[in-house]
Amino acid sequence: MAEIQLKALAHSYIANPVGPDDYAIRQLDHIWHKGGAYALLGPSGCGKSTMLNIISGLVQPSEGEVLFDGKRVNELSPRDRNIAQVFQFPVIYDSMTVYENLAFPLKNNKVPAAKIKARVQEIAEVLEIEDKLHKKAKNLTADEKQKVSMGRGLVREDVSAILFDEPLTVIDPQLKWKLRRKLKQIHEQFDITMVYVTHDQLEASTFADKIAVMYDGQIVQFGSPTELFEAPNHTFVGYFIGSPGMNIVEVERCSGGVRFGSIVLPLEAWQLELLERIKSRNVKVGIRPEFIEISPVVSDETYAAEVLDIEDLGTYKIVTTQLGGQEMKVRQNEEFDATIGARIDLLFPKQWLLLYVDEFLVQEKQP
Amino acid sequence: MSLTLENLSRTVDGIDYVRDANLTFEAGSFNVLLGRTLAGKTSMMRLMAGLDKPTEGRVLHRGEDVTGQSVQRRNISMIYQQFINYPTLTVYENIASPLRLAKMAKSEIDRRVKETASMLQIEPLLKRYPLELSGGQQQRTAMARALVKDATLVLFDEPLVNLDYKLREELRAELRELFRERQCIAVYATTEANEALALGGTTTLLHEGRVVQTGPVMDVYRAPTNTLAAQLFSEPPMNMIRGRVTSTEVTFDEYSHHALTQELEKLTPGDYWFGIRPSHISLVPTNDDDLEMSMEVALSEISGSETFMHVENSHFEMVMQLMGVHQYHTGAPVKVYLPVNKLFVFDSSEQLVHTPSRVSGGAL
Repeated sequence: MAEIQLKALAHSYIANPVGPDDYAIRQLDHIWHKGGAYALLGPSGCGKSTMLNIISGLVQPSEGEVLFDGKRVNELSPRDRNIAQVFQFPVIYDSMTVYENLAFPLKNNKVPAAKIKARVQEIAEVLEIEDKLHKKAKNLTADEKQKVSMGRGLVREDVSAILFDEPLTVIDPQLKWKLRRKLKQIHEQFDITMVYVTHDQLEASTFADKIAVMYDGQIVQFGSPTELFEAPNHTFVGYFIGSPGMNIVEVERCSGGVRFGSIVLPLEAWQLELLERIKSRNVKVGIRPEFIEISPVVSDETYAAEVLDIEDLGTYKIVTTQLGGQEMKVRQNEEFDATIGARIDLLFPKQWLLLYVDEFLVQEKQP
Repeated sequence: MSLTLENLSRTVDGIDYVRDANLTFEAGSFNVLLGRTLAGKTSMMRLMAGLDKPTEGRVLHRGEDVTGQSVQRRNISMIYQQFINYPTLTVYENIASPLRLAKMAKSEIDRRVKETASMLQIEPLLKRYPLELSGGQQQRTAMARALVKDATLVLFDEPLVNLDYKLREELRAELRELFRERQCIAVYATTEANEALALGGTTTLLHEGRVVQTGPVMDVYRAPTNTLAAQLFSEPPMNMIRGRVTSTEVTFDEYSHHALTQELEKLTPGDYWFGIRPSHISLVPTNDDDLEMSMEVALSEISGSETFMHVENSHFEMVMQLMGVHQYHTGAPVKVYLPVNKLFVFDSSEQLVHTPSRVSGGAL
């Protein structure tokens, strides 16, 4: 178990990087605390695999330091870092039995035979594969194989952290949640630092207490699932988390608030003051489809929008509307009904209307 | 212009890949084949394309027997999970390749390539090579090549499975738009119920090589003919509880007793399966006659905008789909409520006998 710290870390695959575009990871500081359950979430190409390879030691960062419990490990090989990794595809020896697969890392480390037996038994019980111990690995199903891969990581008592790289890709949808539950139980039981890399928000939020969202070589937010949903720190997080993503609209300042098309949205006093002070013209407002209300009555707080499309997804509906020349998506329950082209009145509850300057969220300073 | 599968079967080494399929696909229709891994989706599409020969039955195109006629002789496009492009050709040439094969005039090729590329938003990439593109862009290129030649039959075999879920969401919406105007037959295979719902059109449920049910997507979703259809077309799967109805009450698993109310009163005494969608179970009662059950949390899965909560007790296991973020520790006790008017009822041979009355214009 270890705390993993990234200090002024940056990485470029190019020999002499010049601008930020040359970096796969732009300079950042980050700490994964001891015993935490973390996820690293982002689209393909965001830099998350590079980051994982830097932590495990497969890639040497071009700048900055990787520290395990305060000690620099940049120069250590993956083996010497005592990191276990679980990949997309199970990494096991097909010709060996499950028992031999689990015992293998311990034998390599010259652990006494009696100890090996007890430890393998213990891990097999945790993973609920004790009845498979004497089966050849090649006869296992995909999810059982992936459990054995995890077991090979867990079995070593000296392991400092386990890194998971999209570990459920090959697992059938119906079995995925059972493995996710297993992972969570393992984390609670073993208290190991775990970092789970994925592009899937469901997997990230289920597994992790805190999620680092990566975009374009940067960590744009590090927060709990609730924080990512309710207060996305960057427009990308708003877009990426939630289905559909957040409505994000470019706006101009006007007296008392901001506007897009003919629509004026009033802002709070502190937001107006803040807009006074900054120079940037890149100002946006964001509101999640889940938080827009459809009002049965017209008032000075409602905005008349036109229904463009209703998508019935069985358990809920996504209503696409047009407001001030912008598309605005609203999520409604399955009972919602309206005709295309009809007028509906939208209400934007103040606490859910967020302000973004240069793509980052601006929040009221706590007194 | 329709395509018909007539008593179609394909058996390999005693295993039924497709068993006695009878289906008709109309021109201009979008058809989704929904089923788990090995349900027969790919096998069925290969039979339609003439890539495999059926053991029994025929494939008819516009009434003409085309069984086993190869793809080359028919105007068919196929799009696979893997992004298949020619690595040595530019995106432009990749898209143009089927038209060059058909010896189309240069100016027409140019017009079509640009039109298709702009539809799929890859026009700026036409001069690049596939390996310089992201996964999503590579799959768009493969799709453009499949769509450029105006095929009469376009087959998609889980085309989005290797993409980020956000990209999937976007491409799905684009596909719906693209096919609205087309006169070809589109067939799309997926393992995901939510994808079938998002794509719309006609849904055919497949299981172990057999057609379980087929029809307009919402008809199948709202009235699954049996418990298998109900579970296949629900993600997470519909919760199923065994129950016995007497003249006065319903008992679930000989354990949980409830008075009969509403539509349940119409059921003749006997054994039934009761189905309820994960999104209809709640943590707070919504009606006086909701069925209340004490459960424990097995896992709370959070997707961002919603939570899938797995709950269990010594008798039942259920999944709930809740709006918003609900964090619960494993083992936490909860009371859950099942609204009677949302129950599907299946008889002891698992056939549908009652669908929930749809509440229209309900409270918003």
